[in-house]
Amino acid sequence: MELRNSIDGGRGLYDTFAQSMDFITGIFKTSLGRKYLMAITGAGLFGFVVMHMLGNLLVFAGPAAINEYAAKLQALGPLLWVARIGLLGMVGLHIWSALKLTSENREARTVEYEAAAEPVDAHRRDDIVAKFAARTMIFSGLIIAAFAFYHLAHYTWKVPQINGASADFESFYVAEDFVTPLEGGVEGKDHADIFKMIVTGFKVPAVSVFYVVAVGLLCVHLSHGLSAMFQSLGFKNKNLAPWMDRFAMGASALIFIGYISIPVSVLAGFIIIK
Amino acid sequence: MDLKLKVWRQDNAGDVGRFEEYQARDISPDMSFLEMLDVVNEGLIGSGKEPIAFDSDCREGICGSCSMVINGTAHGGQKGTTACQLHMRHFSDGMTITIEPWRATAFPVHRDLVVDRTAFDRIQQKGGFISVRTGSVPDANAIPVSKDESDLAMDAAQCIGCGACVAACKNASAMLFVAAKISHLSLVPQGQPERERRALAMVKQMDDEGFGNCTVTGSCEAVCPKEISLDFIARMNREYGRALIKKGTV
Amino acid sequence: MNLDAKIPSGPMAQKWGKHQFDLKLVNPANKRKYEVIVVGSGLAGASAAATLAELGYNVKCFCFQDSPRRAHSIAAQGGINAAKNYQNDGDSVHRLFYDTVKGGDYRSREANVHRLAQVSVNIIDQCAAQGVPFAREYGGLLANRSFGGAQVSRTFYARGQTGQQLLLGAYSSLSRQIGLGKVQMFPRTEMLDVVLVDGHAKGIVVRDMVSGEISRHSAHAVVLATGGYGNAFFLSTNAMGSNVTASFRAYKRGAAFANPCYTQIHPTCIPVSGEHQSKLTLMSESLRNDGRVWVPKSQAVAEKIRKGELKASDVAEGDRDYYLERKYPSFGNLVPRDVASRNAKEACDEGRGVVGSGLGVYLDFEDAIGRLGESAVRERYGNLFDMYEKITGSNAYKNPMTIFPAVHYTMGGLWVDYNLMSNVPGLYVVGEANFSDHGANRLGASALMQGLADGYFVLPYTIGQYLAEVGPDDRPSVEGSEFAGAEEKVRGQIDQMLSIKGKRTPTSFHRELGQIMWDKCGMARNKAGLEEAIKKIPELRAEFWDNLNVPGENGSLNQSLEHAGRVADFLEFGELMCRDALQREESCGGHFREEHQTPEGEAKRDDENFSFVGAWEYKGENQTPELHKENLVYEEVKMTQRSYK
Repeated sequence: MELRNSIDGGRGLYDTFAQSMDFITGIFKTSLGRKYLMAITGAGLFGFVVMHMLGNLLVFAGPAAINEYAAKLQALGPLLWVARIGLLGMVGLHIWSALKLTSENREARTVEYEAAAEPVDAHRRDDIVAKFAARTMIFSGLIIAAFAFYHLAHYTWKVPQINGASADFESFYVAEDFVTPLEGGVEGKDHADIFKMIVTGFKVPAVSVFYVVAVGLLCVHLSHGLSAMFQSLGFKNKNLAPWMDRFAMGASALIFIGYISIPVSVLAGFIIIK
Repeated sequence: MDLKLKVWRQDNAGDVGRFEEYQARDISPDMSFLEMLDVVNEGLIGSGKEPIAFDSDCREGICGSCSMVINGTAHGGQKGTTACQLHMRHFSDGMTITIEPWRATAFPVHRDLVVDRTAFDRIQQKGGFISVRTGSVPDANAIPVSKDESDLAMDAAQCIGCGACVAACKNASAMLFVAAKISHLSLVPQGQPERERRALAMVKQMDDEGFGNCTVTGSCEAVCPKEISLDFIARMNREYGRALIKKGTV
Repeated sequence: MNLDAKIPSGPMAQKWGKHQFDLKLVNPANKRKYEVIVVGSGLAGASAAATLAELGYNVKCFCFQDSPRRAHSIAAQGGINAAKNYQNDGDSVHRLFYDTVKGGDYRSREANVHRLAQVSVNIIDQCAAQGVPFAREYGGLLANRSFGGAQVSRTFYARGQTGQQLLLGAYSSLSRQIGLGKVQMFPRTEMLDVVLVDGHAKGIVVRDMVSGEISRHSAHAVVLATGGYGNAFFLSTNAMGSNVTASFRAYKRGAAFANPCYTQIHPTCIPVSGEHQSKLTLMSESLRNDGRVWVPKSQAVAEKIRKGELKASDVAEGDRDYYLERKYPSFGNLVPRDVASRNAKEACDEGRGVVGSGLGVYLDFEDAIGRLGESAVRERYGNLFDMYEKITGSNAYKNPMTIFPAVHYTMGGLWVDYNLMSNVPGLYVVGEANFSDHGANRLGASALMQGLADGYFVLPYTIGQYLAEVGPDDRPSVEGSEFAGAEEKVRGQIDQMLSIKGKRTPTSFHRELGQIMWDKCGMARNKAGLEEAIKKIPELRAEFWDNLNVPGENGSLNQSLEHAGRVADFLEFGELMCRDALQREESCGGHFREEHQTPEGEAKRDDENFSFVGAWEYKGENQTPELHKENLVYEEVKMTQRSYK
């Protein structure tokens, strides 16, 4: 056996590596592993974004519908917390891998090119130069994260100083019929008047503008992110790619329209507090 | 035609480097880009200056030596073409052409436009092979390979290792190169026994060399002289995931 | 000089097997005590280095490129021959052997060629196992094509990139051994001298092309796999870096240089477009399977085409001369390379060339497109047509291609015996760098076969004999006087080149030498021309050493300096080629002496007087080298005049 090793120690080549490598380090410590994390958490967050939008759209069905929906979510109790922690975990991992990947990418090229890309076949420039959405993922992502924080403070933690309306969302509650305003409601006991919060919140033009911009960025982010997600997870190929790209664009556009329809409708007076 | 060249000059890896400007006169449209540089270099030597150092060998688009970013575009931007096969008929009289080396931390500059691409070799050394000893092999027709798989393997295998993918990627990612290698060897039946180990080992080395990550911009595919498809990166991602699941818990 | 070829006794088909048994073996436990230097990392070098390392030897491998994957083997397009008889069309080891000897115009060593044909079958197995994506049929089995005049389909291929795929296969095996630490790789490192200790090759002196550092390396044996010398012509299909330096410096240390005049001119290259031309591009010979070669029958029409007044399509069928089909009805456009090349030259010499310079003929696919359809032609040759368009700007689906012969391969090389060892003990030479298997003319798709045969299946066995004989202790220290002397010589030459500070660049000398070689020692040679070249080249050499301009210094990456060193060797070597061409008063294969031709203008061999290998011994600076002869004895194949009528 020793003799054989001296002739051809070939089998040792990968072994040291394989031993030090387990599934978890493979995921967290390698480029491709972190791309999976990115893609999987991205997919989860996309799911949340879709569900959240569908929930929000209930505002068009009137105060009873959306307030009842909110109350049902609240009633989930511990499950809600599981979901929240899961969501938070995904956000954390998504941002962590994004920052890690971005810093690696910066280190991988420390000297930029002097000349802007001007290929001899000018029409190929669009293929050669990375698209806007792809180049700005980290920025769109971080702005969206900042917005999400604001959005939580605005509607979830109901910090009165930042809503721009001279109102305290903490005082918006409804009675059991989900419509009648309730004075002196208590958090966790009475139903929150989500409808009134939405309308009051978006009546402030600056808040609505920030919201629209953030949703716009989210959609730019998704237009690249959704398509890249399929690639990172290894699902993409030349036959499916056009469909995946269309899906990414289409889903982004629908999400944009779905979300901004609410502040626009509020500002335009389609949704009012009766 | 006459052209103005703005060329990156750097004496050695430690030098900070700078751009210098030269005139290229009486350039024929039938010259290749590198022949145009030859002409400029002959002039530089004649006037007592050192010529522009650049890599080239086969000058027929297959060895992968030539490596320069021409007007911000790796290999100049003609479809499926290396710098050595790019001809001056694609440029116009009076133009200014900026020429820079591949820019990547993993490809340090040796001199002027010459960079060190041994990182690619080291990735290959970790797993870019099928372990067969000379002589200990079955008859070539003993293992049939479907034509489709074989053709696809060839699509990947024709990578010339020039590094244009790294040069063009905004993240200096080498994933198109590594994906081509992993895909080629995982597509042929002979490559199956080492499939997982290969994917794990090559990806690890790619990371250790300091290449960036793929953000699916497609720039690599667009400048690749062999038009290696982005699909192979998806395939590598699959291979790697498969390897992690099968081998990662060893 | 001892030119004992050491051909084993016994019947031809059993020589190799018998010899393998007779060869001494190195004890497996002792193999790791041996060090072998391999210079060059093309097909022959990479396969040899990888295989030696697999066997357990410690290998140091050197290449001037930035990676071993870039050696010029990578540019071979067409394919690799092997006597597999997968097509059931009557191929056999004997037939491949016979075709190769005949194709080489009876100037190769029978026993070597037979061995080549024998191991050809192993090569395909080896490469397939490495994952080389050869072309396949729908059934999953390997596809073949007929190539370069062969009447059986024995050529294996991987699209138009066979050389690339085979080299990447060898490179992958080499990479594996580098990863294992059995091969130490030195890229961007150029060999500048061989070191002989007590008459045995025991090391080399190299220059690190990035830092300029000169270093010494010792070993038990040295293997040169440094390719051919086609760049003596300046313009050739070789890579820019291909050079004769390693072989030539070994020659200066006492290795015999065999048949340097045997150069192959490839018929299907893209014609020269102007003064600036730095190299020529080959279009695969497979194009001749479907393309028809022609020129106009009349000079007047050709003249108009050259001036751009007429196009190819304006020439009526009756006014075209499909000269290969006319002269060689049975082989037609598929005649061997030398015949096709010479006929193109002849047509152009008659003033019937069809490109501006007058040096080009048509290769027309109109018939093939009509017969098979454009898509079938695209399927077969698409990449070649694309390449042609990139270089010339002309669409070959619409207009015929223009082609002209160019220097492509050199059959000559360092003399080796049956074991691939030169006359210097311990110095082995493999691949294109040796002279052995192709005689005076190489058949298409045989270069890849020979490189891999030498590297995978011949050298690793035969080198064992020498290593076993000398023993593991026979590796001198690099501190010895021989190493110091060699290094001093190398440094001296570099300093000298840098200190001349004259007016002319290395390229200008190279170009001028190339012109002399092409005019006087090219496709057709004659006594007067060769004598003139032998007079002119030393003059050019003298000017080189007086008026060379190499800017910069040794201590950094200096491409002018690298080139100057190579041109210095070509300037001496070119003269040797001419001397060899002059002494060979016959025409054979790629060597065509105008004085020796049949009334129809075909090559006329002189088997009685020239059936030998001409091996030259270096006699010192500006001394006339001495010719030694190894007589070629044909046991199996009867010598006949080649006829492709």
